[in-house]
Amino acid sequence: MGKKEKDERFRKFGTVSFTGTTRVNDFIDHLEQGKVTGTRCKSCGNTFFPPRADCWACRSSEMEWFDVQGTGRLVTFSTLAFGPKGFEGDLPYTIALVDFGAYKVFGRIADGIVESDLSIGMALAAKANPLADGRINYVFHKQ
Amino acid sequence: MNDVAIIGAGQSTFVRYYPGSVRELAFEGFSDALGHAGIAAADIDASVVCSAPEYDLQRSPAGVFAEYLGLNPGPTFYVETLCSSGSTGLKLAYSLIKSGLHDVVAVVGFQKMSEISSAETQERMGRGADIQWESPFGTMMPAYYAMYARAHMNAYGTAPEDLAAIRVKASTYGQLNDRAVYRKAVTADMFTDPDNMMSGSVASPLRVGDCCANADGSSCIIVASAERAKSLCDKPVWIRGIGSSSAPVNLAGRDLFTGLAVAREAAGQAYKMAGIGPKDVDVAEVHDCFTIAEMMAYEDLGFAGPGEGRDLINGKETYLNGSIPVNVDGGLLSKGHPIGATGGSQIRTIVLQLRGEAGEIQVPDASVGLVHNIGGVGLYGNVTILGR
Ligand SMILES: [Zn+2]
Repeated sequence: MGKKEKDERFRKFGTVSFTGTTRVNDFIDHLEQGKVTGTRCKSCGNTFFPPRADCWACRSSEMEWFDVQGTGRLVTFSTLAFGPKGFEGDLPYTIALVDFGAYKVFGRIADGIVESDLSIGMALAAKANPLADGRINYVFHKQ
Repeated sequence: MNDVAIIGAGQSTFVRYYPGSVRELAFEGFSDALGHAGIAAADIDASVVCSAPEYDLQRSPAGVFAEYLGLNPGPTFYVETLCSSGSTGLKLAYSLIKSGLHDVVAVVGFQKMSEISSAETQERMGRGADIQWESPFGTMMPAYYAMYARAHMNAYGTAPEDLAAIRVKASTYGQLNDRAVYRKAVTADMFTDPDNMMSGSVASPLRVGDCCANADGSSCIIVASAERAKSLCDKPVWIRGIGSSSAPVNLAGRDLFTGLAVAREAAGQAYKMAGIGPKDVDVAEVHDCFTIAEMMAYEDLGFAGPGEGRDLINGKETYLNGSIPVNVDGGLLSKGHPIGATGGSQIRTIVLQLRGEAGEIQVPDASVGLVHNIGGVGLYGNVTILGR
């Protein structure tokens, strides 16, 4: 009995990852290819971000990937003066929620954009963002 | 309907560091409640233990407590909905009694936040959110509530001063509460003085003064069937309405950012079950883990219209002498927030109010009280209506 290697690609996600395995691990490959992606149910057409492996509406697990493209509107944001363990080196940083219409995306504002540059309703795009040590996340940029 | 009653309520003093074990901490709230009810452990036939397990070193605390509290061989159940575990425990006790399975149930809530370091606490709190898709960005509870605060400010013109006014109210009553962890005065000036700790940013737009403190503590509510309540208790407090709800954990799955959908849903259920509306409530305890949480609670519970919460606090309507006194025990902001004990402490305050035992903070002739207890950032919502 050979040991099957565990697929722990998700360990690379973010500054600190809290889980390694998910059935949407391809999300990490897409990020590494420069794309932020969600899933769409092949059966009923529901779109999901963050990507899901299973559709709650029709219980299908047949999903296709789509690219998060264009810009969404900034719903709300906060700049942290304190971070959890492992995030001290990132401070200060801003987390945000952006509404793309059919779905919303939770993430970080790109480094270099300060709070005074931000206002609710402004257009932002999500972009893959390589981090140190082979890690990766995505961040929001002004167009 | 008088089906299920609360016949006793207790809590430990909430402290930064409890110099004992969790079973000893649980004993303090439990013993206080038994004394209040005037009953013995032998009168209790089942228990429900409430905590957020990520802060506990002890696995499966319910079994450990059942022995320590003298509740063997009665069954014990463990429940968890983060910061609203206590209210969820009350709902389970209500169900156990209403079903006829049990007659007298103790709901014991506890948390010893000091068992782990402050940084670990923050990290574990963050893990009460979506660990797969949100936590890797470095989220924390204050930052999530800050995002609601930002949205509320943008939509309604709510100002940081309006939020500070909620903390000032909390401290007004926290100074009177000898079970509270924070008993010093807080003034609005502190929020604008850059040299004052209260003005320091935590997660914009929330400042230190907008946030409650961690604490160690325990609470206990004794719940009984109508028959047992009448034989054991002169002043039963009846559970009239009990609502609870859930929402998507990831903010990306939500549509409302100026209030908590779980609170609105739970409140609707509880009001309907009790056959009353917000205007009928004489005194309320709301989940003010952050000042913005109390502001949204005013609106989610219907004490104020959308965006009108600031008028309620600035008009001092939620003070003891106002039209709807809220958190006149100091709230989480003053008492501290030992996660699993918090809901029981809120319920206790309302029980004391409805029995006319609230002392300096007594709302005259209070007959209907409400408890709003939220788990996570609006992940779980519980609203309970109690009446004499
Ligand atoms: Zn589907």
